[in-house]
Amino acid sequence: MFGSFIKKSRAKSPWIMHFDCGSCNGCDIEVLACLTPLYDVERFGIINVGNPKHADVLLVTGTVNHRNKKVLKNIYDQMPEPKAVIAIGACGNTGGIFREAYNVVGGVDKVIPVDVYVPGCPAKPEAIIDGVVAGLAKFAQKVEEA
Amino acid sequence: METLIFVIIGLVAAPLLGGLIAGLDRRLTAWFQSRQGPPIMQAFYDVGKLFGKEKMVVNQWQILCAWVYLIAAAVSVALFFAQGDLLLVFFVQAIGAVFLVMGAMSVKSPFSQVGAQRELIQILAYEPILILVFVGFYMVTGSFSIHAVWAQDTPLLAKMPLLYLALGYALTIKLRKSPFDFSTSHHGHQELVKGVLTEYSGPYLGLIEIAHWYETILVLSLCALFWHTNVAWMALLLVATYMLEILVDNTMARMTWRWMLKRVWLLGMGIAVVNLIWLYAG
Repeated sequence: MFGSFIKKSRAKSPWIMHFDCGSCNGCDIEVLACLTPLYDVERFGIINVGNPKHADVLLVTGTVNHRNKKVLKNIYDQMPEPKAVIAIGACGNTGGIFREAYNVVGGVDKVIPVDVYVPGCPAKPEAIIDGVVAGLAKFAQKVEEA
Repeated sequence: METLIFVIIGLVAAPLLGGLIAGLDRRLTAWFQSRQGPPIMQAFYDVGKLFGKEKMVVNQWQILCAWVYLIAAAVSVALFFAQGDLLLVFFVQAIGAVFLVMGAMSVKSPFSQVGAQRELIQILAYEPILILVFVGFYMVTGSFSIHAVWAQDTPLLAKMPLLYLALGYALTIKLRKSPFDFSTSHHGHQELVKGVLTEYSGPYLGLIEIAHWYETILVLSLCALFWHTNVAWMALLLVATYMLEILVDNTMARMTWRWMLKRVWLLGMGIAVVNLIWLYAG
């Protein structure tokens, strides 16, 4: 009974950690817009935490460059399992228009495994919420298989 | 036998009630901000999820400290429901509070360290208030035992109104609500990441959350003792007090520890002492 409650709780309490990996701030504003009364992601039990050790879902915006790839990896490693990663916006997905720049590594998936890609420049808050919900489904599946 | 039944009821009901209050609190706060807010059971989902997370600790001390905090909080609630000695309840609760700080200090993270220092200052602010309230109980009933309260035939609120107000400071600090939420906040974000709780994670954070529910119930039960003659009035007093807490939380900014010490020591302890003088003279 306790085990099934824990499983059920996972999908109902995703705590989110948001990392700006060199974004232009467009996607970050949209991520924060999800918390406002208009979108109110707390309806789904989502809390925006500032601590990777408390987080279940990592939202990454922006391109990864050689400077911050270590930071991204470090934050990812500090999150306890089970966890999900969601790349947000064109830059987070592929590197966007900065893809060919000499200092850019590329999308988030060059450094850490990504579960869900949310497209857009910037990504819409609705799309971000959809992405988190899709991420939770994947993460429930991962837990089931493990 | 009857005492044992009370203790078991206290140990089982306190976390359930505490979690429910935490859920209702978030719901009401959301309503104040014209949001819908999470389900009322959200606090239980959060803790359920935390218990399913990977066990990640910086050192073994954290495990011990989280457990001692939980056990001390549970034992203090059990002692309270066994109608025990208020001073004993106080000391057991204080042990738990100190262990929480020790666990946070056992790691190098500056967020955790500063949070622990602030938590110590908060303990320094609310513990004298609790002691003064217990002294008030002693002056009215002639005993530190909770049994003696039930022998009174008038509500204690009539004799200790200022002590009740002072207890409000202790309640706000214990609930980690604004303006006193600088060691850690019950909201997601705080300037010290999560302050004293930063380095506790997964199941150990879950244990601390349950201990927090126990402590919430402990302080609310203490408030309930102020109107022991009538259950309806007792409930009304508790609901009114908690609503006021939520209102204060939503309308106040987070203040500094200096501001807190000034308010709680001068104003809080001041009105508590005035009430004690009144009881002594009266």
